[in-house]
Order: sequence, then structure tokens, then C-alpha cells
Amino acid sequence: MTANGWLQILFYCLLLLLSVRPLGAYLHRLFTGERVMLMPALGGLERVFYRLSGVDARSEQTWQQYALAMLLFNLLGFALLYLLLRTQAWLPLNPQQLPNLSADLAFNTAMSFTTNTNWQSYSGEQALSYLSQMAGLTVQNFLSAATGIALAFALIRGFARKSTQQLGNAWVDVTRLTLYLLLPACLLFACLLIWQGVPQNFSAYTQASTLEAAQQLIAQGPIASQEAIKMLGTNGGGFLNANSAHPFENPTPLSNLLQMLSIFVIGAALTDVFGRAVNNRWQGHAILGAMLVLFIAGVAITYWAESAAPNALSGFDGVQGPGNLEGKETRFGIAASALFAVITTAASCGAVNAMHDSFTALGGAIPLFNIQLGEVIIGGVGAGFYGMMLYALIAIFMAGLMVGRTPEYIGKKIEVREVKLATLAVLAAPLAILLFTAIACVLPAGLTGLNNAGPHGFTEILYAYASAAGNNGSAFAGLSANSVFYNSTLGIAMLIGRFAIIVPMLAIAGSLAAKKQIPVSAGTLPTDGGLFVALLVAVVLVFGGLTFLPSLVLGPLAEHFAMLAGTQF
Amino acid sequence: MKAKPPASSPLWRSALLDAFRKLDPRSLLRNPVIFTTAVVAALASLLFVRDVLSGQAQLLFSAQVIAWLWFTVLFANFAEALAEGRGKAQAAALRSTRTQTQAKLLAGANTSTYSRVSAAELKVGQIVLVETGDLIPGDGEVIEGLAMVDESAITGESAPVLRESGGDRSAVTGGTRVLSDQIKVRITAAAGSSFLDRMIALVEGAARQKTPNELALNVLLAGMTLIFILACASIPSFARYAGGQVSTIVLIALFVTLIPTTIGALLSAIGIAGMNRLVRFNVLALSGRAVEAAGDVDTLLLDKTGTITLGNRQAAEFRPAPGVEARALAEAAQLASLADETPEGRSIVVLAKERYGLRAQDLASLQARFLAFSAQTRMSGVNLPDQEIRKGAVDAIEAYARAHPQGQAVPPQVREEVERIARAGGTPLAVARDGRVLGVVYLKDIVKGGIRERFAELRRMGIKTVMITGDNPLTAAAIAAEAGVDDFLAQAKPEDKLALIRAEQAQGKLVAMCGDGSNDAPALAQADVGVAMQTGTQAAREAGNMVDLDSDPTKLIEIVAIGKQLLITRGALTTFSVSNDVAKYFAILPAMFAALYPPLGALNIMGLHSPQSAILSATIFNALIILLLVPLALRGVRYRPAPAATLLARNLAVYGVGGLIAPFLGIKLIDLLLSASGLA
Repeated sequence: MTANGWLQILFYCLLLLLSVRPLGAYLHRLFTGERVMLMPALGGLERVFYRLSGVDARSEQTWQQYALAMLLFNLLGFALLYLLLRTQAWLPLNPQQLPNLSADLAFNTAMSFTTNTNWQSYSGEQALSYLSQMAGLTVQNFLSAATGIALAFALIRGFARKSTQQLGNAWVDVTRLTLYLLLPACLLFACLLIWQGVPQNFSAYTQASTLEAAQQLIAQGPIASQEAIKMLGTNGGGFLNANSAHPFENPTPLSNLLQMLSIFVIGAALTDVFGRAVNNRWQGHAILGAMLVLFIAGVAITYWAESAAPNALSGFDGVQGPGNLEGKETRFGIAASALFAVITTAASCGAVNAMHDSFTALGGAIPLFNIQLGEVIIGGVGAGFYGMMLYALIAIFMAGLMVGRTPEYIGKKIEVREVKLATLAVLAAPLAILLFTAIACVLPAGLTGLNNAGPHGFTEILYAYASAAGNNGSAFAGLSANSVFYNSTLGIAMLIGRFAIIVPMLAIAGSLAAKKQIPVSAGTLPTDGGLFVALLVAVVLVFGGLTFLPSLVLGPLAEHFAMLAGTQF
Repeated sequence: MKAKPPASSPLWRSALLDAFRKLDPRSLLRNPVIFTTAVVAALASLLFVRDVLSGQAQLLFSAQVIAWLWFTVLFANFAEALAEGRGKAQAAALRSTRTQTQAKLLAGANTSTYSRVSAAELKVGQIVLVETGDLIPGDGEVIEGLAMVDESAITGESAPVLRESGGDRSAVTGGTRVLSDQIKVRITAAAGSSFLDRMIALVEGAARQKTPNELALNVLLAGMTLIFILACASIPSFARYAGGQVSTIVLIALFVTLIPTTIGALLSAIGIAGMNRLVRFNVLALSGRAVEAAGDVDTLLLDKTGTITLGNRQAAEFRPAPGVEARALAEAAQLASLADETPEGRSIVVLAKERYGLRAQDLASLQARFLAFSAQTRMSGVNLPDQEIRKGAVDAIEAYARAHPQGQAVPPQVREEVERIARAGGTPLAVARDGRVLGVVYLKDIVKGGIRERFAELRRMGIKTVMITGDNPLTAAAIAAEAGVDDFLAQAKPEDKLALIRAEQAQGKLVAMCGDGSNDAPALAQADVGVAMQTGTQAAREAGNMVDLDSDPTKLIEIVAIGKQLLITRGALTTFSVSNDVAKYFAILPAMFAALYPPLGALNIMGLHSPQSAILSATIFNALIILLLVPLALRGVRYRPAPAATLLARNLAVYGVGGLIAPFLGIKLIDLLLSASGLA
């Protein structure tokens, strides 16, 4: 570890913290429906959408209506994308004349992009036409992100409101978030990326001769536009197979910094929206604080593990000290690669600028553990926030009893219904991860995809299902997942990981909104201070840890201790 | 019903027996965690039989693990049985009063002929005659007559109480005995649902329903059990991938140690013990929900008289009129009060003696004639051969002075003094001699000693106190300030109480109050915690969700503390139970997986002797910790009023961090013993 590396990490955290308040203020205006800057320009367009679809923008929905709207919206998005992928060969904007996707791959890909997972069993440049990338994937990138944020809004309304059935209007939330937040932000961000050298064109791939006179096909296309929403919407599905390690997706250290920031900014700002909505900014800061404690601990471990790894080449000319550079881009270095890996898995982004498979056992265990915890460390846009709130409810319930009152959070009593639903939601992802991993690691269909033996191979399978169920989408690589078995099981894991959480979560929001708000007194457990932060961190670690410890012991930890004992897999 | 001596040996013995009786699946099913444990233990026993028949090795190890699994279930049953046992002993005593009561059934309210029927056959609305020496056959309302009733069977208080028709003392309870006179009682509760029946059911725990928080906690525990089913069920497949296998008995041991057996085992014992603690305080909670609600209370409504102040006013000062010596005023006031047996009168005599050394004189030797207080004159006084003294309300004395031949007008300074006393919350009592006003005696409401500190304590707990009084706002404000309550309701009528409760509840607050009169019934019913006094009317007792057998309104404060203690105990043991899992993982996982990947032995940070001893130690610790925590569950976690943040920090440190560390030490210790004894 170097001072320079730590300075980069701290600089990143500083920039992130600076973004929270202004962006939180802007998002809060969208949350409450106040006027924002862009309304004069785009307000007409917004109203056209409502008129076309027959939505009454002023009417609000109950949690069931909100949930139904979201489910229908996502189902439709899934169906359209599936259709597009199955017919891309006959559609325009396909200069490379790429064929249609197979049924299982199209299912997996459509599920992946509607659930904000962006797991890619294919490599983008070899499988998808420009139309599929733009009208299919990029559109879902926007919509799945807007869905996530809208759901977080609904939950926040549950806390902020009292004695009501109304949670807002799903259609309005999604439209406004797309129009006033995601589209303009991505436009700006795409321009910045183009300035840094990311291509944005519709040209066919370039045929080039290398110095050794070998032929090379250089992939390109409308990359910058997809890149922007890939990061801001914590989607993570790269235009190119190498994702953000590829110089066309992520050319410079500056673009790398911007990409890392864009993964976290919206998720972090949502905590501030929460604080503003419940009239106590520190409620939001406490949630963000707990996230950052877990985040920095993760970065420290990964950065340490990657820097301290014995380097087989140490001692040779030009090779400095220990440190694991395998699978990392030299233009980013160990610190920025470790930081990126922790960010992308803490959030449900899944973009990568280095190959997680090549990380040391412990360095790679942190990204895996981040995902297994449910990606609640800042997390996917919206999803991270409501995931963390589910943990907060459980933490409050367990410890809240210890102050001698029925546990309450933001003046809302946490009772049987909330505990039941929160437990259900928290249970969903572990169910999918453990069940499918257990099946895949004994079935021949699962084992054939494996390139590595021993605990490392096990980690690859575990990581794949964690990534799918957590809607992360990053791959540990080393696993050939484009098979009927993996495409379908991973697709189902994504489905469970997204919607088995969303529905109970919205039910909680509905139940909270219907409750009275109990005024704060000295007998109320304070949830806006350090004690609560510590409690929340402990509950996340204990709950997540206890569920996955056996699998972590058999995967990364077995590999780590074997490495210390001199065995490699 | 008074405090029982600590659990004696028969209690233990019957609890032990009950622990086995509770192995009945129907009874186990009520507790998901323990039921799961029992199922798993049964499964392991079956597998063991198979292994014995097929001559497998490692039988000693399996047998020990299985034995400890069953101990885990038995310890859980034992904890519950022990908690119930205490109640059962009380119930038996109560039940003995109910046996074979005969009732004298009257044909109507105005007849006096009766037929003898068994108390069990009485119906609601029937009227019975109860004479000296009879047991009252059922709950009811006195409609005629008055009697002294011995209610010690229920309250444990041996002094008889007066019960009479009309007013606030009309309720009688079945099973109590009339000591004198006779009364006619209208039966208000059918046999089987009377107060005594409910009380028996409550203390026995038979009628015990799970409280809201208990239900929620059960859901969470069931959810955690599910998670661990998943975590453990996936292990065999993971192990097969690694090219080995994990024995079922080890997997079962891991599973049982991970699921929250500790809190699961003690959960119902905690609830029962909480109710029993209330019973020992002579408070009957008619539902468990009420006990929990008591912990949540935000606002306490307290009647001034009897709760905040002593029942009576006392003389605090003599304030003479201009030109009158204080000593002269004191002397006159004392003379006028010598024959006055009211507490106010006595306090004047005492104050005069304390302040001016005036000794009480013998009335007979003074040839004094005492004039008792009458509603017409609103004065009392004394006539001596050479003078007459009057004391009373200021306007009454003024009227007396005006009418007296040598009467003088009341000096303005005295009027000012009267005003000042009223503003300070006192009652001015004017004293006049031979038509001349000598001054006023300052009668003061005496706030109970230590009550101010209690209210400060409540404030630290986040509870607002509101004093309810019929006094005028001026007086009420002064007493409120002296007692340190947060707010007061002056000139309160019963409907004002109800309105106040509704207003507080509309803000989302929980309100507790106590009351005894029939006019309190609506408010008692509306309050989240309504404590009715045992001496109160039947209507009040029906409306409240708790009954205080001692009829002591101050107890509301203890009730709140007991409610909080109950919740804290649950939370603390849950936290302890969950934090224990970390150490159990560190004991079992290396033992389980070291055969697959030998380097994983590095995770055996406790340095446990062997894989078998490690697994066995964790299982034994898991069972024994239940037994060790039984006293805590029954007694409740120590509770001292403090702000929530302080409580949380302290309990997290003790039960969270403690729960993290304790099993490391415990498992290591058991492992040392096991390896030394050669059992594993």
C-alpha cells in the first residue's frame, strides 16, 4: 500500500461526500414534486407522456397499485427486450450482421437488464447489434434504474407520511426520474466521456493490421451513451466484453474517477433525500455513515490484500516489490482497481475495470461478500437504499427492545407485519444464492462451465449466483456461463433477487405509511447517531456473515489459507 | 398473593417433571425454534439407531451430541415449566376458595326468601343474598345494604373493606367473605368468567396469549431458523464439490447451535415471569398486551390526591393580620382546633406547638365548648368563658365578623395574604376572635416525599406526567410546579380526562392512567394502560386492562418499569443469542472442513482439542447456556430508568459484546474438560 494509493481513495470519498447534499437537494425536489430547473424545457414533454398513456399525474397509488404498476412495467420491458434480442438479425443498425440470440441467452439477457443486473453471458461486441444495445439494453438501463429510485421514493414516503394509504404515483416517479435526472445527467456524462476519448459512432468495426502484420478487428459503436447510464444507473453491463477495463469504455484515470463517482452518487444522495423527507438530515447521514464504514473497511482489506500479495516476479528488473497486478490495467494501478472492485460490488453496478477472478483470495472475497450482504453499501440506485432500510428495520427490532419499548423507527412502530415482511425480503437473496450454488456445484451441467478447480472454482460458481441474485452483474470470470443451465438458473436468481425483495418492501412501505407517527422523546431510541451506525453495521455483518460464512470458508478462505500454506488452485 | 419465598425445591421437582411432559409435539409446536430442535434431535436419534444396528464407528460421539440436543429441548421446557410453576402455586391457593360455594338465590330484588343453589349455577343478572360469614358466590354489584368484606383471598390484605350499594365501593368479588351485615348482590359475571377465574387462568399461564412483540420476535426467530436451514442444507453439496463429505450428525450439531435456541427456549418463560412480577406487585394484568403497552407509555395521567399529594392538607404557616402577633394567632388557632379531629385541625395544633412551643391544653379544664364544623356556617370553633374563636373559609369568617357585635372589617392586608396563599396552591383558613380577624393559617397540599424525584426519573425515561385535579388552575399550577409534573389538568371533569387521552393518542402517544370511580370507566377503557383500583366500582374494573389489588395509584410507575423490563429482557437475550453464533462458527466450521482443506485448521483460533471435542463443546455450551440464563429470564434484566441511548449503549455492551466473547471462553473451557475427561 502506498500513500498515493490511500490519497486516491480518500480523494474519492471526499468528492462523493461533497456530492451528497446538492444532489440530495435536487432529488428531494423530484421526490416532493416541486419545480426543478428543467421543467420549463421538458415539462411539456412530460405532460404529453401522461396524456398519451392516460395517467392522472395528481392521483396517487396504494402500495398494491404501486407494486402492480412496477411489475407490469418491468414485465412489459422484459417482453420487448426479449423480442428484440430474438429478432435483431432482421432489424436495422446491425452493420456486423450479428445473428439472433438463442432463447436461453435472450431470456437471461432480457431478465438481466430489466432487473438492473446486467449480467452478460455474451460478449457485447460479438453478439449484439447496435439497435439491441441502444434501443434494448440502454433503454432498460434507464428504466431499471428509474424503477429502483422510484421504489426507494415509495419507501421513503412510507416513513415520511402518516395515516395514509398513498405512496405516490409509480408512473409519475419513473417519468420524472428519467426526464429530469437520468437523461440530462447521462447526456452530460456521455459528453465528458467522449471528451476523454470514448467512441460514439455507428460505424462497422475497423479492420486493422498490427505491426506483426496480424489482422485485428477493432470493435466500436455508440459506446459513450451506454457507458453513462451503465455507471449512473448502477447497471454495469459493458458495451464491450472487457467492460471498463477496455480503453474504449474507460480510457483515462480521469474517466475512471468519474465512473467510480457516478456509480455511488445517486445511491448516496438517496440517503439525504430520506433525511430531508423525515425532517432530520442526520437520519439520512446515519444510514450513509453505516454504509461508508462498511465500504472503507472493504476497500482497506482489498487494497491491502492486493498490495501485499507476493509477486512471483519480484526481484526481476523493473518489477517493484510485492503486489498483484494480474488482471489489472496498469493505467489504473492496484489502488484504483481495488477501489473500483469494491465500489462496483458495494453498489449493484457490476462494471469492472479489473478482473476479479485474478484478485487474491481475500481481495476477491470482499467483492463477493459485498454482494452477499445484499449490496446495501450505497448499493444499486434505490435498491441499495431500500435493502439497507430492511436491515435497519431488523436492527431496530432486535436492539430496540433493549430500551424497553416497542421498537420504533422514525416514529413508526415496528410490529409483526414489518418484521415478517422484512425477514421475507432479507431471506430471498440468500435462498437463491445458496440453493443454486448447491445445485450447480454438484451437477455436471454446472461443473462443465468451470475453468478452475478447487476452492477457486467454487468461488466462481458462488460469485455468479451471488452476482445474479444481488442484481450486480459483475462476473468473477473463469466460468463459461453461456449454457442453457447457467442462463436459465442465473435468470431465475435475478428474478428472485429483484422482485422477491421489491414486493415485501413495498408492502412494508404501505404498512408504515398507514401508521401514526409517534413523537420523539427521551425514551426513543435515537437513530441519528453513532450508536445506531455501529448497531446497523453489526447487524449487516452478523446477518450476512452468519448466512454465508460456510460458503466463504469453503471458497475464498480455503484458498487463502492454502495460499499461505503454498498451494495454488 | 404477596411475595412468595424464592423457588423452593418442590417447584423445581415439578418443573423437571413438566419438562418431560412438554415433549408432547402439540405443546412443542407453539415454539418454532424449539420444535425444530426437537425434530432434528428425533431425526438424529433415528439415524443413531440405524448406526448402532449397522455397527458404525464413532457411536460415543454421536450419542453424546444427541443427548445434548435432547437436553437443549428439555432445558427449554424446564425454563417454561419453572416460570409457570410459580403461577400454579398461586392459582392453587386461589382455587381452594372457589370450591363448593353455596349461593342464596333471591327470587327478586325486593323479596327476602331465597333458595340455595350452587355458585356454579348462577347466571348474570340474578340476585343473591350474602349474610355474615358467607362467601360471596360470584362477581357482582351491591344493590342493597352494606357490609365489611374480607378480600384477603384476592388481595392478601387482611384488613376488611367496606362494600355498599351505590357510589364507588359497590363492586364485590366472588370468593371473598362477608364479615358483618348482609348485602344483596346482582351477579355480573357468569361462573367460569369471573374475576377469580380470570385471575386463576392468568397466574397459571393457561390463558396466556403471545403479546404483539413476542409474536414479532417469534417471526424473526423463525426467519433466522430458515436462514440457517439454508446455510446448513447447502453444506453437503459444497462438501461434495470439495471431494469429501460432512457427517449428518455434525451438520445437525452445527444447525442446532446456530439457530437461536437460547432466546427461543427462554422467550415464553420471560413473558410468564413478567406477568408474575406484576402479580407479585399485586397488580393483575388482564392481557399480556397491556404489560407491553406499559413499557411503551408516553404519558401518565395521575390523580393529584393520593398519588401526588398526601390525601390531606396540612398547616404550614401562620400569617397574622397587621397588629396581631403571630404567636397570638397560633394560640387562637390551636385553641379552636383542639377538639378538631380532622387531619387539618391536628396539623394546626402540631404546627403551633412546633413553632411557638404552645402545648395543647386540656379542654375540660378550660371549660371550653367545641363547635363542630357545619355545612351551613362553614366554620368551626370553640367557646371559652372569656372569648370565642372561629376558624373557617375566608368568606365565612368575614360574614361572621360582620354579624358579630364587636365585629371589625377584614383588613386589606389579610385579603392580600389570602390571595397570595391561593396563588401558591394553598388553602387559606381564616381565624377570628370575638369578631376580630386575627389572620390566616396557610394550609398546604403536602406533596409526597420523593415524588419529585420519581417524576424526574420518568422524564429521563421520556414519559410525560400530567396531574389531574379538581382544584382551580392557580392552585393546580402551584402544586404541579412543586411536584415537578410536566403538565396539569385543573378543574377536571371525567369527560375532560377522556378528551385529554384522545388528544394524546391522536399524536401517536400511549397513555396510562388509573381510576376507581364509575365515571372513570370511559377514560380507563380509552387509555392504553388503564389501571383500575380493586376498591373501585365494577364498571371501572371491567373497563381497565389492569387491576391493582392494593388500590395504590402510585404503582403506575412500577407497572411502567415492569413493562420496560420485560421488553429489555427479551431484546437482551435475543442479542446475546445471535452474537453467540460467531464463536460457534469458529468452533464447528474448522472442525467440519479441515478434513476437506487441511489449511483451514488455521481458523481453529480457540485451539480446540479435536474436531469431535470442538463440535461437542459447542453443542454442550449451547444447551447449558439456556440453563444458566434461566434465572435472568425469570428475574428480568436489571432496569434503571435512563434515556434510551444510555440503556441501549449499556445493554449492547453487556449482551451484544458479552455475547460475542462469552461463548469463546465457555466453549474453550468445556473443550478442556472434555479432553481431560477423555469423553472426546
